[in-house]
This record gives sequence, C-alpha cells and structure tokens, in this order.
Amino acid sequence: MRHRTKVDLPSDDKRWKMVQGTMRRNGFRPDALIETLHTCQEAFGYLDDEALLFVSRALHVSPSKVYGVATFYHFFNLKPQGEHTCAVCTGTACYIKGAQDIIDTLSEQYDIAPEQTTEDDKLSLMTVRCVGACGLAPAVVLDGEVLGNVTPDQMRQHIDEVMNHDDV
Amino acid sequence: MMTYEELQELAASEVEKQEQHDYCVRVCLAAGCLSLYNDEIKNALEIAVEDRGLGDKVAIKGVGCMGLCAAGPLVSVEPDGVLYERVSVDDAPAIIDALGKDPVEHIHCPLDIPFFERQQKIVLENSGVVDPESIEDYLTRQGYEALMIALTEMSSAEVIDEVVRSGLRGRGGGGYPTGLKWQTVAKAMGDTKYVICNGDEGDPGAFMDRSVLESDPHRIVEGMVIAAYAVGAQKGYIYVRAEYPLAIERLKLALRQARRHGVLGDNILGTGFNFNIEIRLGAGAYVCGEETALMASIEGNRGNPRPRPPYPADHGLWGDSTLINNVETFANIAPIVRNGGDWYASIGTEGSKGTKVFALAGQIQNTGLIEVPMGITLREIVEEIGGGTPGEKAFKAVQTGGPTGGCIPKEYLDVPVDFDSLVELGSIMGSGGMIVMDETSSMLGVARYFMEFCMTESCGKCIPCRVGTAQMFRLLDKITKGQGTMTDLELLEELCDLTKYASLCGLGQSAPNPVLSTLRYFRHEYLEQIIDAPEPVA
Repeated sequence: MRHRTKVDLPSDDKRWKMVQGTMRRNGFRPDALIETLHTCQEAFGYLDDEALLFVSRALHVSPSKVYGVATFYHFFNLKPQGEHTCAVCTGTACYIKGAQDIIDTLSEQYDIAPEQTTEDDKLSLMTVRCVGACGLAPAVVLDGEVLGNVTPDQMRQHIDEVMNHDDV
Repeated sequence: MMTYEELQELAASEVEKQEQHDYCVRVCLAAGCLSLYNDEIKNALEIAVEDRGLGDKVAIKGVGCMGLCAAGPLVSVEPDGVLYERVSVDDAPAIIDALGKDPVEHIHCPLDIPFFERQQKIVLENSGVVDPESIEDYLTRQGYEALMIALTEMSSAEVIDEVVRSGLRGRGGGGYPTGLKWQTVAKAMGDTKYVICNGDEGDPGAFMDRSVLESDPHRIVEGMVIAAYAVGAQKGYIYVRAEYPLAIERLKLALRQARRHGVLGDNILGTGFNFNIEIRLGAGAYVCGEETALMASIEGNRGNPRPRPPYPADHGLWGDSTLINNVETFANIAPIVRNGGDWYASIGTEGSKGTKVFALAGQIQNTGLIEVPMGITLREIVEEIGGGTPGEKAFKAVQTGGPTGGCIPKEYLDVPVDFDSLVELGSIMGSGGMIVMDETSSMLGVARYFMEFCMTESCGKCIPCRVGTAQMFRLLDKITKGQGTMTDLELLEELCDLTKYASLCGLGQSAPNPVLSTLRYFRHEYLEQIIDAPEPVA
C-alpha cells in the first residue's frame, strides 16, 4: 500500500470538491489522471498550473507527467476560453463542404486566428476534430450546441445573436 | 438481482403496456436530429396528443438514429409504417391528426426507395426503433436473450466456436478474425483478464459508433458481457470519445440499468458469473484508436503506442491478457449467439462475412448511416442508396477508411466492397466512413488535408511518422501552392515508402495511403500543379 498524505484543497472553491470526488471514486490511483483532468476542466473550463499541481500531488504523479498528459490530449485547454466558444468541425465531410470558408470568414470578422480568443474575452474561435455530425456538414458547435448545414454568413449571424443577447 | 424469468416477465409486461397504445410515434433523438431541435418536436407532439385527449391511445417515443440524416428531423409512425422527413414543430398537430389516415403530404418520406430497400440491418436492427434510455424496451426486442443462452446453455468454448463459425472480422478497420482473437485471449495464462470496447471513433467523417452507442447502448453491454464470459474476463472498459457527450450519457444510464437488472455486476442472472464495466473518456487523440495506445490512455498515460508483439491478448492492460474489440464488432455478438454462426456466415462474401455499417457523407444526396451486406458494390452504395451527387456535378471519387484510407475513382465503382478488395484498390475498409467527392474537390487538396491531420495526430514517439508526416505535408503544401518540382514529387514518393514501412504503429504505416492512392488514380492533378512537369498539362 502506497503511503498517502492528505493533500489540502487549493482553496474554498466548491469546485475543488468535485475534482476530489472523482479522485476518491478512483481510489486516488494514478491511473485516474485523465478522468480527474476531465472533471477539472468541466469544473473550471480550463486547466491552470494550480489545478495541474493539485492533481499531481493528490494522485502522487509527477508534475512533468501531469503536464505531459494534459498537453498530449487536444481536448484539454491550458488557457481560459472566451465567454462564448465557436468550434468549427474540421472533419472530412465538413472539409469537403467548405469548413475552411467558415473558419476564414469568422477569423476575419472577429480578427482572431483559430484557437484564439478575442481581446475582450467574448469569443474563442476553435477548430475541433470530427464531431460525428457528418450528415449535417458543415457543422459548427456554438456554446455546446451543434449547428448543421451552415454557411459562413449564417454563422456570423448566429454568433452576433449570442453575443448581442449578453448586451441586452 | 433479477433472474432471467423475472426479466422475461418485465419484457412481457412492457409489451403489454406498449400494446395498449394504438399508435407509436417515434422521434429520432440521436445527435443529428437532436441538433435540428427534434426534442422540441417531441414536446410539440406530446402537447398535440394531450390536447386531443389521446394520451392512452398514442405513445410518443424518443428513439435512436433512423439513418437518413440528410432528411432530418425524422419522425416515424407505427403501425402505419409512415416516415416523416424535415419535420418542424408546426407539423406536430397534423401528424397526430393523420394517424391511421393518409400521411401528411408535404413531409411524407417514401420508404420504397433504394436507401431503405437495399439495406440489411443486424447491427442497426434496433436503431430508430427502441428507446435507448429504456432497458425494458430493449428486452422486448430479444434483449439479453443471447446472454442468457450463452451463460446457461453454452460453455465458453462453444460461444467462441459460434463466433469463429460466423466469420466475423474486426469492424474497427483491421479486419482481424474476431473468433481467433477470442480464442487467443481465452487460452492466455493468468487469472485476471480484461475486455475493452474501443469507442474512440477518431476517423473524421465516421459516425457509426456514435450512432450505435446513442441508439442501442444495451447491445454493446450485452456483447461485452458475452465476450467476457467466453474469454474468462472479470472487468471491462468502454473507451469513448469525450466529443460524444450524448453517447456517454446514454451508456452511463445503460450500465446503471444493466446492473440493477442483474445482467452486469456480480452473479449475473444468478449464474455466478461476475463482470463489471467502467467507462473511460478519451481526450481527443486520434492515435488512441490504436489498441496499445488506447490501453496506455486507460492506464492514465499519454497515448503512445508500443511495438507488437506482445499483443494485448498476451500482454495488455496492466500487463494482463486483454480482449479489445470495436463497438460495431460487439454489436454483432448478440445476434450471432442468438441465431448461430452459420446464419451470420451466410451473409456477405467468401472472405468478409455479415454486414457493415457505413457513414455516408460529403457530396451525396442521402447522407446518413447505412448497413449493407458485404460484397455490395460501391456503385450501389453511392448511386442507388446514396442517390448520387447532388446537382449537376459529376461524381469523382469516394474516400474510404478515413485519414489512413484512400480515394477510389469512378472506374472502380463496380468492385464489391469487402476487406480484401478495398486493400487491392489501395484503400482500406477502415471503420466505415465513406466520403463522396464530386468534380469540384481537388484530390491534391484532399491528400494535403489528410496529411495535415496525420501530422497533427502523430504521437511523436517514432521518427518515421513524426518527421515523415511533417515533411510529406510540407511537400504537399508546396505542390498545392504551385511551387513544387518533379524532384519534390520524387521525394514525396520516397517518403511515402519510408513512412509506410518504418513506422511503429498503424497511424504512420498507413498515413501515406491518401497520397499513394491519389497519386495512383489522379497523378495528372499533381502534375498540373508542378512547375517543371514533363507531361503536357491536360
């Protein structure tokens, strides 16, 4: 049995309890690393150094390994996302049906490259691996909602809609 | 804990309950139709039923994928046998008013079209029919009957024997004989064994596994428990992409229901057999579809593959013997046990038995999910079932096998589809993604697209793949921009050869396939872009 010392939560933030819950369910075993990072990202939106170090200590996994795993998998973000995320699917069907046009249009409109966030932290433009909505290509995931058969112009309208909604 | 008799009683009472309703309106709630707000249509239908006081005559049921995603949102009516396409919320009252009468004209989708008539459903037999969130509904469709037969009437060797006789080959892409794999794991030494379901459907343009998991999750659970009994495993993992939240949610529910009903966990159906399943989420790494990388990921590590042998059957998860099969492979198990291996082997071709699910997408009329017997020709799939390319544009090529497959031109459309014939054409079956391209698609662009994908997804462990894909991408990019020379083309072909034969895992070994197949059939497109091309440009 490995010697375990209790690791304190980084702060009073209740979300750390969720993270700890996942680790407890997995008996604080090192193989719970990816599961724990998933919970962490779900709770905080991204993985910062504090989170990575906490997970490292609690699971007795070296910081370099935690960092290695977190950067290996595309799903994990190490930077905070904007208030809204627009993820353009870059699967084959979407590619054939013009996903690049959508990326280019949005990139120009909001003056950000893919994987970047606007200066006012309002919008992150992402590209994602196939979301499996190939029947609806080209598909875009706007704030978790899949929009299918979209044109670049429609996409611009959709984004303006969700952003303006905040201003009202 | 429930016994099989109690499960049968449950199924019987569910059938009785369903028969009290004169009509059942099924609403597709798989990811495709759901993103077209079919859940709101379901609500509207429920309200329409309520308004008319038909609550005890009409049941509204959320079901899985009906296949014809292009025409979504889809709603079907039983026993009328009517399918509605492109339904909107406003159509709900009309659909309810038309029950038992002539279908609503403007949204009526005929069922006597090749898209439906040419299909043969085994894996998808429950998709679009059962409620994926109800184990009772699954039980009414002979659910867990195969598990009962296996556990009480067959020895584990007999179960494996049926799978061997069926001729089933792994549906993840490799096409390795499933029965042989099971035999190897069953014979392996050691008391601890694992069964893993590979649901890391990474091929862009493929959504078969997502649909199966969303539409009929219990089928996978049943297949895995039977496999565990056959090979003597105690613990299982389902590895699913985190990008498939709906599939994960439905799987979790299915596992809970299965445990509560005694078909999973300790002392399954009172037979003393123990087996449990946990879900593990992928995190967006294509290489994790490779079995050794997938196991590394389950162990909480970076998804780096390792050399084989030793194969997972001998040295798998945590060093123990492990059986690892794809979602679609497990989905075939229950019908094989129920109907016998010979029945399954009677479908398909000499070397490839049974049916295959394909995800049809790209420049094609009927995008969606289809299941066809092996041996059907590409032409039948593209032109008849798929309805051909939309508009006036001519068909150019069909891409099979994902980023590590190849492009097949129209001259070879009459080749029957099975594992071996596709390899002869320079492509692979892969997991079942089929992307149709018309004359507007540049084959060079497609090759560049896939190489960029493989370059990004290369795990970086072995040099031929890490450097080879990056250099090939650089050359393809140069040629696409009209800056390439004949020397670049020669170098590209040399690198294809090197990467193919020197890479550690399947990703690198097959990364050159899209380049090789487009060079084989569309070499003129490369030459047109090369500045010192010797041949006159067509």
